[in-house]
Amino acid sequence: MSTTQTQTSTQVYRVYIKATPQAIWDAITAPEWTRKYGYGGSVEYDLRPGGSYRVIASAEAMAMGSTEIMVDGEVIEADPPHKLVQTWRMLMSEAVAAEGFSRLTYEIKEGKGGVTKLTVIHDMPDAPGMAVMVSGGLEDQGAGGGWNWILSDLKSLLETGESMQWQGDAGPPDQDG
Amino acid sequence: MTDDDRVFKALADPTRRFLLDRLFVRDGRTLTELESELDMTRFGVMKHLRVLEDANLVVTRRSGREKLHFLNPVPIRLIHNRWIDKYTERRVSALAELKAELEGEMA
Repeated sequence: MSTTQTQTSTQVYRVYIKATPQAIWDAITAPEWTRKYGYGGSVEYDLRPGGSYRVIASAEAMAMGSTEIMVDGEVIEADPPHKLVQTWRMLMSEAVAAEGFSRLTYEIKEGKGGVTKLTVIHDMPDAPGMAVMVSGGLEDQGAGGGWNWILSDLKSLLETGESMQWQGDAGPPDQDG
Repeated sequence: MTDDDRVFKALADPTRRFLLDRLFVRDGRTLTELESELDMTRFGVMKHLRVLEDANLVVTRRSGREKLHFLNPVPIRLIHNRWIDKYTERRVSALAELKAELEGEMA
């Protein structure tokens, strides 16, 4: 074969959500929202260039073996509610943490009929472990379904008020006692 | 047409499923790369990619002078949540077993 097999290190995800750009911006940057979908971590954003970014694990995620800080990074560009560019390092796995920082971009664009387009561009040069994890490749091992799953859950939360949340291998949290 | 209609329509064609499978193996390809794997005119491949883009199953990004095509799995996930979860796994696997049994009898 003469075709070049250069592995792309970028993943792109897009979802259309019936919500305002501001509601989507808040759902990405405010802890009271990020606790409600996907991995359920609480974000801490200092929304200015060079500002810090951390995701603090929920008690449930910690019980499943998550590190206390799930993800960290630094804000590169914050243009609310349209664009957010940042670095992003996954700390929940030692091997993936060692791959270092990736670059993450959120683009939020208002469309017709109250529907907003959210695009996530994740550039991960030299981070094969991270690429597998964020693409949901380890979902059957209880590692969650990555961006695909986070974004479909976010859409569900903003449009219906319901989300599915990460239950890993542990199943539903025990409500007794 | 609803979003779901567009996804089902896009998936109801073997060439478009082939294109998605190629992007699953390696993402971020140019039209020229995708075209080289199909016995079809450039225009034909472009038409199929357009249907996939309309269904949000493919997202394009510019990189320098190139237009790269990325597989976007989110609509498939949404259909899974909407249609597969609803009919419990047990029922789906019972049907899969029935199909295997019937096809075994026919062989």
